[in-house]
Amino acid sequence: MNLFEEIREAVKGLYSLAVGMGVTGRYFVKPEVTVHYPRKTVDNIQTYSGHVELLQGKKNPLESDCIMCGTCERNCPSGCLTVKYEEIVEENPEPEKKKKKTKKMTGLIYDYSYCSLCGQCIENCPVDALGFSNHVYWAEFDRCNITLDLLARLREKLSKSS
Amino acid sequence: MTTQNLAGDFYTQCFLSEQDESGRVILNMGPQHPSTHGVLRVIIEMEGEYISRAEPVIGYLHRMHEKMGEVKTYHQYMPNMGRVDYLHALAWNWAYIGAVEKLCQIEVPRRAEFIRVITCEMNRICSHLVWWGAYLLDLGAFTPIMYAFDDREQALDLLQMITGSRLTYCYYRFGGVRTDIDNQFISGARDFCKLMKSRLPMYKDLVTDNYILRKRCEEIGELPLEMARRYGATGPVLRGSGQKYDVRRAEPYSVYPELDFDIPVFNECDAMARYRVRVAEMEQSVRIIEQALSKLPKGDVMAPKAPKRIKPPKGDVYFAVEGARGKIGVYLASDGSSTPYRLKLRSPSYSNLSLFAELAQGTLLADAVSILGSLDLVIPEIDR
Repeated sequence: MNLFEEIREAVKGLYSLAVGMGVTGRYFVKPEVTVHYPRKTVDNIQTYSGHVELLQGKKNPLESDCIMCGTCERNCPSGCLTVKYEEIVEENPEPEKKKKKTKKMTGLIYDYSYCSLCGQCIENCPVDALGFSNHVYWAEFDRCNITLDLLARLREKLSKSS
Repeated sequence: MTTQNLAGDFYTQCFLSEQDESGRVILNMGPQHPSTHGVLRVIIEMEGEYISRAEPVIGYLHRMHEKMGEVKTYHQYMPNMGRVDYLHALAWNWAYIGAVEKLCQIEVPRRAEFIRVITCEMNRICSHLVWWGAYLLDLGAFTPIMYAFDDREQALDLLQMITGSRLTYCYYRFGGVRTDIDNQFISGARDFCKLMKSRLPMYKDLVTDNYILRKRCEEIGELPLEMARRYGATGPVLRGSGQKYDVRRAEPYSVYPELDFDIPVFNECDAMARYRVRVAEMEQSVRIIEQALSKLPKGDVMAPKAPKRIKPPKGDVYFAVEGARGKIGVYLASDGSSTPYRLKLRSPSYSNLSLFAELAQGTLLADAVSILGSLDLVIPEIDR
């Protein structure tokens, strides 16, 4: 490579540099697009789906609509959900007939550390009792703290709002 | 001699034993190396500043996706697909969903097909933008990734609106898609197409025409077509070597035959050709999105007869889609039960990586970084 070639190459490189700096310069004077988290947060977060939660009941606004069928448990790819309930056996006033059994929900344990937010539980719920929450900035230092009782969470939420 | 005595693990020992001339330096590029974009390790034998042999070591990110497919039911396996290739997650979604739909003969409504095309192409642009930014980052240009991520954010916001997630989507369902798109999304997608059209010339000024960059890409990593075919390379790697092969045209699926778009092909075979293919593909994806938006029919987004529980008949099926990195294939064998008998994932990055060993021979170490970047590897997809 002779001297002339080298000078030509340097000039070409410098020209490209000038073009690139021109583009950068134009964007430099435009308003910034980055958001300085955590001092500022983005405003379009409501469409982002956070963890799964129990929704307020449509029939009974003070409780969940959950019928404890266990469909969410069976459909979950990672086994995040566990429905907990106790059976209450009531004596039937007519002695020949069977005893009356009712289920009472005591909790819906949800392990967020395994959840992949695929929405299978929500889609398969027969009474639409589950949904995605807006609780998206949730983070924990310890793995055991990332488990939630969704029923307790719903009750707390309802008692706060009422 | 001392280096040989200290030399480490099984792979290094094997690599050393194949050495025909001692005294050469063995380098480990990775598993944690900025230009490998994940945990990929390349063992390199150096002769001065030139590479005499290179050997990729993979498996650091193996998560048994294929085995998981045999254990989980058809519905339960869906979220896995977003994790195989996190950059073009929707293409993997589509490949799996398409295979099951083909096996069970589920009809997909036309509106859902168009929504799939729109979202998949938007995801392809996102993927190429990440590659574009990261490749230039490898070559030492920091600014482009900022522009790329700015544009990508716009697309991710749109996809978030309908899918609820930003990276690992699980949006397609057997017989349709999960949620319908609304007017807000449609106008947002139109704006995004306009934005991309205004940004692509800027990218050309800033990067593609840049003389300094072209020095790092042109005539580097020349991949002859014969060699690309031998290794089974697909996608932009193959198209950069002059073969006009695109699954969307070669094995048409969904509504792609109705859409008008070109397959960009470049004959230079070098890293720059692969670069140009991807940038041209972004342009074509914008074209596809615009057409699909104007042709979008009304109707259902889920087939009314879509089964809630999948129990396909006995048999096997193969379905392939065009991902951002090449041909994504899902082979599914069913024994009639509620879980697949065997699930094979054909990932394009695996074939594209395997040609690196031959391609890197005799190149400078700095050029090997450029070659590795130009192959657009996604490591979770290689290991699966």
